[in-house]
Amino acid sequence: MKLAQPTPPELLARRNRRTLLAAFAFAGGMVGVSFAAVPLYDWFCRVTGFGGRPMIGAAAPGAAGDVTVTIRFVAATHPSLPWRFVPQQSAMQLRLGEEGIAFYTARNLSDRPVTGISTYNVSPDIAGRYFHKTACFCFEEQTLEPGQSVDMPLSFWVDPAMLQDAQAREIRTITVSYTFFRSLEDAARSGALAAAGPHVGRGNRP
Amino acid sequence: MAHAAHAHHDHAPGFVKRWLFSTNHKDIGTLYILFSVVAAIVGIALSVLMRIELQQPGMQIFADGQMWNTYVSAHGLIMVFFVIMPALIGGFGNWFVPIMIGAPDMAFPRLNNISFWLLVPAFLLLVASLFVGEGPGAGWTIYPPLSDSTYHPSPAMDMALFSLHLAGASSILGAANFITTILNMRAPGMTLHKMPLFVWAILVTAFLLLLAVPVLGGAITMLITDRNFGTAFFRPEGGGDPVLFQHLFWFFGHPEVYIMILPAFGIISHVISTFSRKPVFGYLGMAYAMVAIGVVGFVVWAHHMYTSGIDVDTRAYFMAATLVIAVPTGVKIFSWIATMWGGSIRFETPMLFAIGFIFLFTIGGVTGVVLANASITQILHNTYYVVAHFHYVLSLGAVFGIYAGIYYWIGKMSGRQYPEKLGKIHFWLTFIGVNLTFFPMHFLGNQGMPRRYPDYADAMWGWNLISSIGSYISVVSFLFFFYVMYVTFRRGEQAAPNYWGEGATTLEWQVSSPPPFHTFEELPRIR
Repeated sequence: MKLAQPTPPELLARRNRRTLLAAFAFAGGMVGVSFAAVPLYDWFCRVTGFGGRPMIGAAAPGAAGDVTVTIRFVAATHPSLPWRFVPQQSAMQLRLGEEGIAFYTARNLSDRPVTGISTYNVSPDIAGRYFHKTACFCFEEQTLEPGQSVDMPLSFWVDPAMLQDAQAREIRTITVSYTFFRSLEDAARSGALAAAGPHVGRGNRP
Repeated sequence: MAHAAHAHHDHAPGFVKRWLFSTNHKDIGTLYILFSVVAAIVGIALSVLMRIELQQPGMQIFADGQMWNTYVSAHGLIMVFFVIMPALIGGFGNWFVPIMIGAPDMAFPRLNNISFWLLVPAFLLLVASLFVGEGPGAGWTIYPPLSDSTYHPSPAMDMALFSLHLAGASSILGAANFITTILNMRAPGMTLHKMPLFVWAILVTAFLLLLAVPVLGGAITMLITDRNFGTAFFRPEGGGDPVLFQHLFWFFGHPEVYIMILPAFGIISHVISTFSRKPVFGYLGMAYAMVAIGVVGFVVWAHHMYTSGIDVDTRAYFMAATLVIAVPTGVKIFSWIATMWGGSIRFETPMLFAIGFIFLFTIGGVTGVVLANASITQILHNTYYVVAHFHYVLSLGAVFGIYAGIYYWIGKMSGRQYPEKLGKIHFWLTFIGVNLTFFPMHFLGNQGMPRRYPDYADAMWGWNLISSIGSYISVVSFLFFFYVMYVTFRRGEQAAPNYWGEGATTLEWQVSSPPPFHTFEELPRIR
């Protein structure tokens, strides 16, 4: 049997360098992929309603059928935002296809103007693609003067197509959740992030 | 000094040059193993403090939940990045991959040195972060928003993240080095399909590292800029999404668990084959089972996120894909058993650890199949059942792999054979200790005890007490391991080149124990 010969050193060195560079390029490419995931993920969620992102835009077709769903409203406020933010109604009944309107109230508790911005989602997540908002205060910055209080309207409808979806047709309660954050610019201006209060787990410390 | 005899042709440099600027794969392997032992002391100390806290309901020795969380996080990160990976990949990988493929050294010895020395500052940063501000208390998964500047405002979290960056860079450099070495530096005649299974394991592991670790690097870079430079990758107020971090983290994190266990698979294959005095059953199946585990491991990440709001079809896919991994894993388990079947088995310490590995890893694998089911995990998510599962595959699986490797190769690495009786005592102490620690956690998890809390309902006291006692036995066994090593180095018998005799067939058994400082300057030929 003929045995293979060892590779000459200079050829081996060149080949090693090539393999190493390929490996590094591959690792660098994976870093790139991880950053590319940011816009791709955002696009994916917007298009598919994945993760409970509601659809925005289309007007309500008007009530169809007599199936009603309960819409519940919840609100949360990020600790860096000195606001009181609550829904005015905890729940309402709505027929599929019918347009409903609800209100949230926000009040600035601090002694200076503060800008907030909200995000939302609906739960169960699968309902996201059937929950349409025709008008909402999502992703618009709101500035409240000290002590100022505003009502924020939200109009929406639930697509009757939900009844055709095997995974979603049993759903009779949809929860709309809004969270208000301090806007990035406002946070940077006021130094609120640096001065974030006592945080989770340390509260009981004397 | 064992090297003195070879001094004329086997010159080792002085202490500083040899150990601080080392470019020799065996010395760097030794450094990695020593580093791993030091890190293990810290990691185990943290875990015992945790078990002391959990021995009784109510708060015992921890000041508050945040302090608890920092200890849990540091324990996890240390064990993953600074104990298991350095021992299995950096330690045994560096020591034996070049010898097993008949190469004189790694392809890039200086790069190898950098890989090791990046790990030291990484470890120091992580340990130091425990003493800064509120500590890095976001778990080893460092999910935002808990890891963002609102909930972890001090530099501790930044230190931990930077530590991960350094450890990740170390892993990537090491992985590129291993790939180059294994692909280009094999001795004439050593084809890929003749490579020992440990080398296969390291090759697959290196590819997993190269694919997975940069994604962690990207994710924690985003986290660092979110924390410090006003970006909003994961902050909803700027249009980001914290769940994206979970996807990125687990795209790294799931392959990471295979990165930790595949080298142990390799070691176990060698040990089982040696002590059954038979070639391993189904060599190609064993090699390609590891490749399959590596490949499928990249498309199952969201099974860690069943409760993070993904819809039922997506969960069904991730569940099916996850269950598929049980197939190549089963191929490995059954091949090990088939290797033992009909062999003339000797129950020396490495074999005890290897059989212990198969037994415990199978238990961990079975609970893994349970947890792969999306519907069951709705209930078991973040309970002690999960803690029990991953400690069975890692703390018992990977660690038993490390111990099997140490007892298998200590004679080869040091030139002195360990005392068999003490080794057996060490095995049984460890086996009893870890099982007593982790088996009750299954029951606690089924009762609904959640992870990451320093306190629990009184009704769960009994199993927690037993678990704590088990952890004390484990600590005793760890201390006993130091005693075994002490006896080995002080009074161990001089080891022959092939002290396991028939059955030990790979190339490391054809060189002296310890191997000369430079092995295979004349390349061996493999028929």
